[in-house]
Amino acid sequence: MPLFYGTQVSSPMMLGTAQYPSPAILAAAFSASGAGVATVSLRRESGGGQDFLRLIEGLGVVLLPNTAGCHSVKEAVTTAQMARELLRTNWIKLEVIGHGDLLAPDVFGLVEAARELCAQGFKVFPYCTEDLSVCDQLLRAGCEVLMPWGAPIGSGLGLNNLLGLKALRAAFRDVPMVIDAGIGRPSHAAAAMELGFDAVLLNTAVAKAGDPVTMARAMAQALDAGRAAYLSDPIEPREMATPSTPVIGKAFLQ
Amino acid sequence: MSAAVTILGAGVLGLATATELATRGHAVTLVDPALGPGGHGCSWWAGGMLAPFCEFESAEEPVLRHGQASIDWWDRHAGGVSRNGTLVVALGRDRAELDRFARRTQGYDVIGGNRVAELEPDLAGRFDRALFFPAEAHLDPRAALAALQAGLAGRGIGVTAGPPDDAGQVIDCRGLAARDILPELRGVRGEMLVLRCPEVTLARPVRLLHPRVPIYLVPRGEGLFMLGATMIESDRRGVVTARSVLELLSAAYALNPAFGEAEILELGAEARPAFPDNLPRIGRAAGRIYANGLYRHGYLLAPALARQLADHVETGEKPEFWHETDDQR
Repeated sequence: MPLFYGTQVSSPMMLGTAQYPSPAILAAAFSASGAGVATVSLRRESGGGQDFLRLIEGLGVVLLPNTAGCHSVKEAVTTAQMARELLRTNWIKLEVIGHGDLLAPDVFGLVEAARELCAQGFKVFPYCTEDLSVCDQLLRAGCEVLMPWGAPIGSGLGLNNLLGLKALRAAFRDVPMVIDAGIGRPSHAAAAMELGFDAVLLNTAVAKAGDPVTMARAMAQALDAGRAAYLSDPIEPREMATPSTPVIGKAFLQ
Repeated sequence: MSAAVTILGAGVLGLATATELATRGHAVTLVDPALGPGGHGCSWWAGGMLAPFCEFESAEEPVLRHGQASIDWWDRHAGGVSRNGTLVVALGRDRAELDRFARRTQGYDVIGGNRVAELEPDLAGRFDRALFFPAEAHLDPRAALAALQAGLAGRGIGVTAGPPDDAGQVIDCRGLAARDILPELRGVRGEMLVLRCPEVTLARPVRLLHPRVPIYLVPRGEGLFMLGATMIESDRRGVVTARSVLELLSAAYALNPAFGEAEILELGAEARPAFPDNLPRIGRAAGRIYANGLYRHGYLLAPALARQLADHVETGEKPEFWHETDDQR
């Protein structure tokens, strides 16, 4: 099971808490998913959302507040500080959004905000691209976890840049990595785990499914399957057939 | 047999329940410190869509079932119900949202651009595909509340600031204010605008689907429109944030650029009372009956709750939305 900043979590699934039909369904989805970490957005709920926070705290999982919706370093840092105060955790999923249409990370602002927050004692989980030099800068800023995107937030497109993600995994073997954003189906989640990523963060794919609870369960099964596949050293694909039973030398050859 | 009942709260549920009981011949007292409906309660800021089929996209089955019956109830007791259906549209790159919405709902026709233009001439040429829910309706919430209040006044039932000495059976319909006796109740913030845009005429509510900001525009007649509404897990009321206004107005502008010239008459923010499953409850707490948690379905579900409460007063039987609290188990 993944280890983030010295804390072992109980599942490779991180689950977001937004957009569910109701808090009751949210709670049931968490229970079906076995998720070990819940991400919480503070940006819009801070005006008095104590009831909702109490509900999320009641899920009994580790809380990872995020800076969703922040477009500048200053906003992100302020939101992180607010989250630390409100939820009494120094974990922060850092999002600095650069482009509104794709909700793509502003990687320059991200590195700057990460440096600032790490210096303030935060355990930063940066939502980043799979770019090697960006990830290198984030690690040098003090991050000990990376959260590269699979595809734009909420798009459900899966793993958009397989080559880049494989290169990233290979480049920083010992850094815990979470595929954040873009997962739409269990097959995407399984694929991420097969590549050797440590965890997957989901929200829309579960919350907006017709049956969020069943989808949460399906995702959990996919993550388990993908992780087991990774650990079992799968065969490499090849372009020619290799018969599993030798053809030559059989008693009856047709 | 006629019963003496005191209802706390003159929002949509309090007024509907008082109306239902009074119509059945019971002696009703209606209590509200504000002496009537108004901007202090979330009923005032509602859209007034009677849209059980559309709501079923994210709501549970009881909302669909009871919502359909609510249309006749409002017509009978308040009038002013427009039975023109609902139009659901999506902009070009969000067209997949229309398919998703269709998969999760029922009671619609898939229509093309020509039919859209027939139904809503001011949207002609803007959408080549839409969902039309013919059996839905809408009303003006403030007019409906006033009509119920007037109907009660006609029976000699006014609103008093405090309960009478001999209150009889008490039914608590105070919405979010009842958190003092209902700890599971939470607020879900909604923000809305009232626009005046005489350039645009719509005959029915139009929903614009968008993966992040679904909005609706409800015509109120004479060039007035209600534009709503956000759904934020917060009980903050009163002020509207710039971001919400931006999102709502951008969506209206995308629906028809003429809304760029609209006058903004009102900005409103209220918190809807909701239980964790977002379904209403009737139960007992603090020695009284309560009904609460209508969430975003105040006008859609108040008639059903009013009927269930009246049945409960008359028979003592537990209604469908009955909720056992811990101390009763």
